[in-house]
Parts: sequence; structure tokens; C-alpha cells
Amino acid sequence: MTEPIIRLSGIDKFYGDFQALYDVNAEIQKGEFFSLLGPSGCGKTTLLRTIAGFEDVSKGTVEIAGQSMEDVPANKRPTNMVFQSYAIFPHMTVAENVAYGLKARKMPKDQIATEVSAALKMVGLAGYGDRASHALSGGQRQRVALARALVLKPKVLLLDEPLSALDKKMREQMQSELRHLQRAVGITFILVTHDQEEALTMSDRIAVMFDGRIGQLASPQELYRRPVNRKVAEFIGVMNFLDVSYTAGANGAFDCDINGLGQVTVPAEQAPGGVDASVTAGVRPEMLTILSGENTRTEREAAGTVSDVYYFGDMTYYDVKLDGVDKPVTISMRNTAGRTVLGRDDRARVGWGAESVLLLK
Amino acid sequence: MTTFAKWRRSDAAQGLLLVSPTFIYALLLLAAPLAMVIALSFWTQDYLDLDKTLTLKNYVEAWSEPIYQTLMARSLKLSALVTALTIALAFPVAYYVSFYVPQKRKPLWIFMITIPFWTSYLMRIFLWKVILGYNGVINGSLLGIGVIEQPLSFILYNQNAVVLTLAHAWVPFAILPIFVALEKIDRSLLEAAEDLGDGPLRRFIRVTLPLAMPGVVAATVIVFIPTIGDYVTPRLVGGPNGLMISNMIELQFKKANNAPLGAALALSAMFLVSVISLVFVWMNRKYLVGQK
Amino acid sequence: MNPSKWFKFYIAIFLVFLYAPALLLPVFAFNDSSIVAFPLKGFTFNWFKVLWETEALHASAKNSLIIALSTAVIATTLGTLAARASARYKFPGQKGVMGFIMIPLVLPEIIVGVSLLVVILQLGFDLSLWSIVLGHVLICTPFCVAILSSAFLNLDQSLEEASFDLGQTKFATFWLVTMPLVLPGIVSSMLISFTISLDEFIIAFFLAGTEPTLPVYIWGQLRFPQKLPSLMALGTVLLVLSMTLLATAEYFRRRSARKTGIEDAGGFL
Repeated sequence: MTEPIIRLSGIDKFYGDFQALYDVNAEIQKGEFFSLLGPSGCGKTTLLRTIAGFEDVSKGTVEIAGQSMEDVPANKRPTNMVFQSYAIFPHMTVAENVAYGLKARKMPKDQIATEVSAALKMVGLAGYGDRASHALSGGQRQRVALARALVLKPKVLLLDEPLSALDKKMREQMQSELRHLQRAVGITFILVTHDQEEALTMSDRIAVMFDGRIGQLASPQELYRRPVNRKVAEFIGVMNFLDVSYTAGANGAFDCDINGLGQVTVPAEQAPGGVDASVTAGVRPEMLTILSGENTRTEREAAGTVSDVYYFGDMTYYDVKLDGVDKPVTISMRNTAGRTVLGRDDRARVGWGAESVLLLK
Repeated sequence: MTTFAKWRRSDAAQGLLLVSPTFIYALLLLAAPLAMVIALSFWTQDYLDLDKTLTLKNYVEAWSEPIYQTLMARSLKLSALVTALTIALAFPVAYYVSFYVPQKRKPLWIFMITIPFWTSYLMRIFLWKVILGYNGVINGSLLGIGVIEQPLSFILYNQNAVVLTLAHAWVPFAILPIFVALEKIDRSLLEAAEDLGDGPLRRFIRVTLPLAMPGVVAATVIVFIPTIGDYVTPRLVGGPNGLMISNMIELQFKKANNAPLGAALALSAMFLVSVISLVFVWMNRKYLVGQK
Repeated sequence: MNPSKWFKFYIAIFLVFLYAPALLLPVFAFNDSSIVAFPLKGFTFNWFKVLWETEALHASAKNSLIIALSTAVIATTLGTLAARASARYKFPGQKGVMGFIMIPLVLPEIIVGVSLLVVILQLGFDLSLWSIVLGHVLICTPFCVAILSSAFLNLDQSLEEASFDLGQTKFATFWLVTMPLVLPGIVSSMLISFTISLDEFIIAFFLAGTEPTLPVYIWGQLRFPQKLPSLMALGTVLLVLSMTLLATAEYFRRRSARKTGIEDAGGFL
């Protein structure tokens, strides 16, 4: 994992006056499952298409396997794509679809047949070769699209929101299949998605994009636990924000007074994006605890009133108004044996600690 | 990569390159000839030669001679009547197909409505002569069932016959745009109108009709402008009082051999119908805003 | 909602009105009388036999076929280029350019005929079958653009990108992916322009030199009452021919719509 398979340097992309990408820099490692995550219109698909060669960059360079892709058209790049609509050729059979790229390479016929049936077997469509492609289900089309791209053994496989057209159950199944497939073939996958859960569960690393810029590029764990700013923190999972005032303390730590919680010293690593006057305290719902009975295992304690309860079976989500704060915070609790579920307007003791808190710009 | 090379690969360049043969064809065979006709209308026919001194003489003649004035006024009147009749005939049909025909059978209905348009143009006109004639289908049937004792003579070789025949020829062209406009109407708007207290008639006048207006306007333009240029229908079913300006244009270009005057007449007719159409579109502009 | 009885009655009357000429055509074509009028006499194939024996008719029919075929090919080619350009690319002046190409749709045909006549004579060319083809291509191209635009718009652009991405050249992509998928549209565009050209009279009358087209020939014959019954027979033949062509065109258009997975929406225009 030393030599990056893709190096994006200083990429700008303009459509007329509209700038879709701003100075995008990233290195994607060989064999990595990499995701481009962001809300719609953030430029993630545009970035994928510049890698594929469907869009020219206005500035900057795309390098694949150490070679500049400038002036290399899409059909000469060592990348293949799974399209959002799958783009299965409707006038060809499944086998003809999969053989399409091999024919372009002028591979001998008998070899094509072997490769095609191997590829179909790999995606779980063995024996489907003669089917008419317009008679396939959504999940099957996606498998054909995967086989059609992977049979060419690209250096990088690009996937443009491949799961968005599937229903929830099918999507979850395909998520794990894609992950297994990627490990099996060892090819670098770049996945575009707007679904943060999908990105977190599948990826080795994720680039979160907003408004044409990469907001943060990190592993799923780091993204969730150490988001660099409010925007990333809000986009990945749920985050409560509380007003905070701070003074610099010893060892680069910050002595903070958090509205509704109280005083605490936050270590420097819990302010991954640095601090300034606009800083707020971010607390994940599971980093707060509703204390009951004699339970005082937490470091610190605050008090509030339950304003709403959302019961999910295994979990309960509480909206709690901390004393002195108008906007309620969300707290998630696992419904383990013997734990009572509080009701509306019940008083709640809220347990927390220094490690619960992030300082975010 | 040079800027030019980049531009050549751009959408704009590729699109322009691709469209250029068709566009150039239209320029060479539509714009250039039209320009030529405009030039011609300012020249004079001198027996077999053309006098290319610029003059307004043809236009003066075209606009002042009573015969041309009469023909022009009649043509505009007949075209307007044809358009009105066509829309009146077409709207209920378009409405029926859009609102009462099941979704799956709509294409079939539209196909059925367009078929007669594709049957031989000359034959169609001629057959109206057979239908409307002195011994024709209508007179024959009416005599047969004893409604009339003498064949009706007011139905052929006059302006009524021209209007009816042209309306028949153009009605499919009017049905299609109106049908498309009706199809675009979100049916929940009609339910909303009903829910807010409108009866069927008020709902039709306050919601359906305004939303269908773009189709009606399109149909009007599509029928009105070309109708002025038909010289076959007036000739075959119009009789002496049913002739139109296009018969005169044809005459000037062919037998009378005065192409410059013909050009001036043709351009004047074009000018008048275009102005009238533009005014009509402008009058309906409030229905057209927000339409793509 | 159900249409009232009166509404249905109107629709029925309208359909009779619409189809009256087309229905009368075969009636008189098989009528054993030299006068085209009621009451009908007997049944005969005689008028079709007359058609078979009229040499001048055959010559004009041949002219019309040559013109219609050439028109269909040229107009569809031009229509394909323009439709593809407007469906796939954005270019400056797109609306104006496409609008200009579509103008013949609302231009009185007499203007097209007259202006081409003027140009051809001024440039010193003789009128020929080709002058008619020029005019017919002009009026057929907008129809072709309309039909083919929907064919190209229905084509998922990522199909072409996929082909390119899988290593094919742009040229091969066009032949392997684009063409097969818009072929039904192209066939239907050719059939429509063929039909329009075959039946067109106003322009052909202006631009016909010494060789008449079929409608020009018919026009000449309409003056002779004794020729009318055989013209009815000719009209019947033409009617059957255009109906067949149009039904074929419609079939291909719908198949195209189905193939590209788009719900069928409507007629030709």
C-alpha cells in the first residue's frame, strides 16, 4: 500500500461559469475500497467522471498508475465503470454485454467465451448468458454491469451510485457482496454514494465532499470519531451541538465551559480541526448516558428534562432539554435488560465525560 | 492541449459540426431562395427579361389593385374561418381522446386520427367535390329520404366548400397540439378545482381551457399560416367566388409570367399572415408564460 | 367520468366526416360506371385494369418513386444529424438553429415552391426531378427531426459512455450501440418522408419540368371526366400503400419506444 494507483492533483472543473470542483487533491491506494461521499450536487460524480475520462479537467492532473491521463480518452484508460443506470445494452444478451469490451480488444472467440462464463460465475449469474438483457431484474442488471467491467481486469473500478436504484433489502445484500467481490479480485474500487451508512460499512477510506471540495479524507472510524468540522460531523451520523467557551490549558488542551453540561478539559486531539471563536462542542448521542438509580459510573453528570422519546425496540432515542439550554440534545440508549424507559417530562440525569466532547469549527 | 483542441472536443463544437449539414441545407434552400424572392419582388418583368432596377411598383400594384385587395381579404377571411372551424372541430376530439380514452388506447386513437391526412391530397379534395356536388352524396341522400326536393346548390363551388374542405385537411394538425396540451394538465389540478367548489363547466372554463391554450395557440398558427398558401382546394371546390390569393400567385408565376408581381403578392400574403399570427400569439401571451 | 351520449355522438359524426373521402375512394373505384356519382351501378375491376394499361401513369409513378426514395434517404440523413446534435450536445444558438430547420413545418408550401422555382431559374438550371427532391427534402426534414429527436432523447446516454468506457472507439460505439437502438426511428422517419414526398403536389407542380410526378399527373387528369373512375382506382391503390407504410412506421416507432424502455406516449408529431 505504498504506490498510489490514482493521484489527483489540484483539479478544478468549470462548466461555463459554474465551478464544479475546487482544487481537489487525493491519493488512492492500490487495492483500496475508496468512497466519494457527499450530498447531491457536491461534485462527487463529476470527480468520478474525470477519473473515467468522460469529463476533461479544467486545471490539475489525473494520474493512474503513475501515468498522466491528460489526452487519454475514456476508452484507453485502465478504468471501467458501473453506471448508475447500469447502462446494460438492451439489444444484446447478457453474454454479449459481458463480451463487449473483450471484443473491442479483439480477443479470440473461444477465449471470450471462457472469460465471460467465468465473470458471470463470479457475480453469481452462471447460466444467465443467453438471457435477453431487458428481462433482468435490477439486482441482476447490476451484476451484469459488474461482470462486464470486471472481465476487463481494470486497474480501477468506478461505481456511480450503483445501489441507489435497488430496494433496501437488495441494497444491503449487494453491499456485502460488493465488499467480498472487491476483496476477491483485489482491484481498487471507487464508489460514489450519498448514503453515509453505505460508505461507512463498505469503505477502507472515504472522501467527504461538499460544494466541489473534499471536506475530509479519512477512514470510516476517523471520520466518525474525529470529524474535522461541523459540516462533516453533521453529515456523518447524528451530532449534538452545544455552545462552549474555552481557554487554552496545559499540553495544548482546552479548558472548556460547555453550556448545559459544565466544565471540562478537552485534550488537543479532540479538536481535530483546530479552534477559533466560532467553535462549538459536538457530542454524539451514544456518548451521553441517561443515568438511573444508583448508577454513577460516568465521569460527570448534568441534569435535564425528557422532551421526546423515540422507541426503536433495541434502542431508545431521547430528546433531552439540558437545564439552561433551549435546544434539546439527542441521547441514544441501548435497551438492555432491566433498564427502564423514561417518559416525556421525566427528569433525567445525563452522564458524560471529557472523551464525549469534540471541539468543532 | 491547446485551447483550440480543447474547444474542438467540446460539446459546442461537436454539436455545431453535427448540425451544420442540415443547417446549411436549410440556409441554401430556404433562406437564400427567400432572399431571392424578396429581391425579385423589387424587380420588373420585361417580357422574357428581368429589369433589375429596384422599384416598389409590384407592391403598389399588389396593394392597390381591387382584384388583389379582394383576393387578399377573402384569403385572410377564409383562412381565419378555416382555422376557427378546425379548432372548434378539433378541441372536443382532443378532449375526448385525452380525458375519456383509456391510456393504453390513446396512441391507437391518435394514429386513427392522422390516417386520413396521409391519403392522397388531391383525391381527398376531389372526393369532397363528389360528396358536396349537385348529384353528390349529400344531395343524393337528402333527396332519397325526402328532406329536400331540389338538390342543394349552396354547398359546392363556393367559399363554404373551400372552408369545409380545408378544415377537413387540417383538423389532424389541430388535434395533435391540443391533445398534447391537454395531456400535460395535471389531473389533480382539476380535482383541486372541484374540491374548491367549481362545477364541471366552471372548472372547464377556469382551469382546463386556460391550461390548454398553448395547444390551441400552436394549432392556430400551424393551421392558419399554411392554409393561405393552398391553391388546389379553391381551384377544385371553390368556384369563381372561392378563389384565393394563392391562385393568383400561381397564375403570375406560371401562365401570366409575371414572377416579380407573384413574388410581391406571395410576400405580402406571408407578411399579413405572420403579423396576424404574431398578434394572436401576443394576445395569448399570458397563457404561454411558464411554458417551455 | 363518462362521456355523455351527445359527446359520443359528436365523436362518431366527426369520425365519419374525417373518413368520408377515404371511404368513398374504394367505393367508386369498384363501381361499374364511368360517372363518379351515386347511385352505384355494379362491381368491376375494370378501372384497375385501365391503370395497368396507362403508360403515362407508369412513367409518372416511376418519377414519384425516384423522388420519394431520394427524399427519404436525404431528409432522414439530414434529420439524423440535426436530431442527434440537438439531443446530445449543447451548442450556442441551438434554439435558433433548430427553429430555423423546423420552419418549413409552418411555411405555406407555395412559398417553398415559388422560392425554389425562382432560384433554380435564376441560376440557369433546368427543372428536373432533382429540383423537386430539393423542395421535398426541405419540407420532410422537420418531420424527420421530430421523429428522430424523440428516438435520440429516449436513448440513455450512459449506454454510449459504457461502450466507450469498455474500450470501443467513438465510431464503433455509434455502429454497435447507437445505430441499433435508434434504427426503428430511422426506419419510421424514412417511411414518413417517403409518404409525404409521394403525395406532395403544391411544390412538385411548381418545380416539375417535363417529367410529371404522380400527383402532377393526377392533377392533369382531373379535368377529364372519363378518367375519373380510374383515378379513383389509383387513389385506392395509393391509400392502401400509404396505410401500409404508415402502419409499418408506427410499428417501428413503438418498437423503438419499447426497446429503449420508454413508455409509449403518442403519435407521429
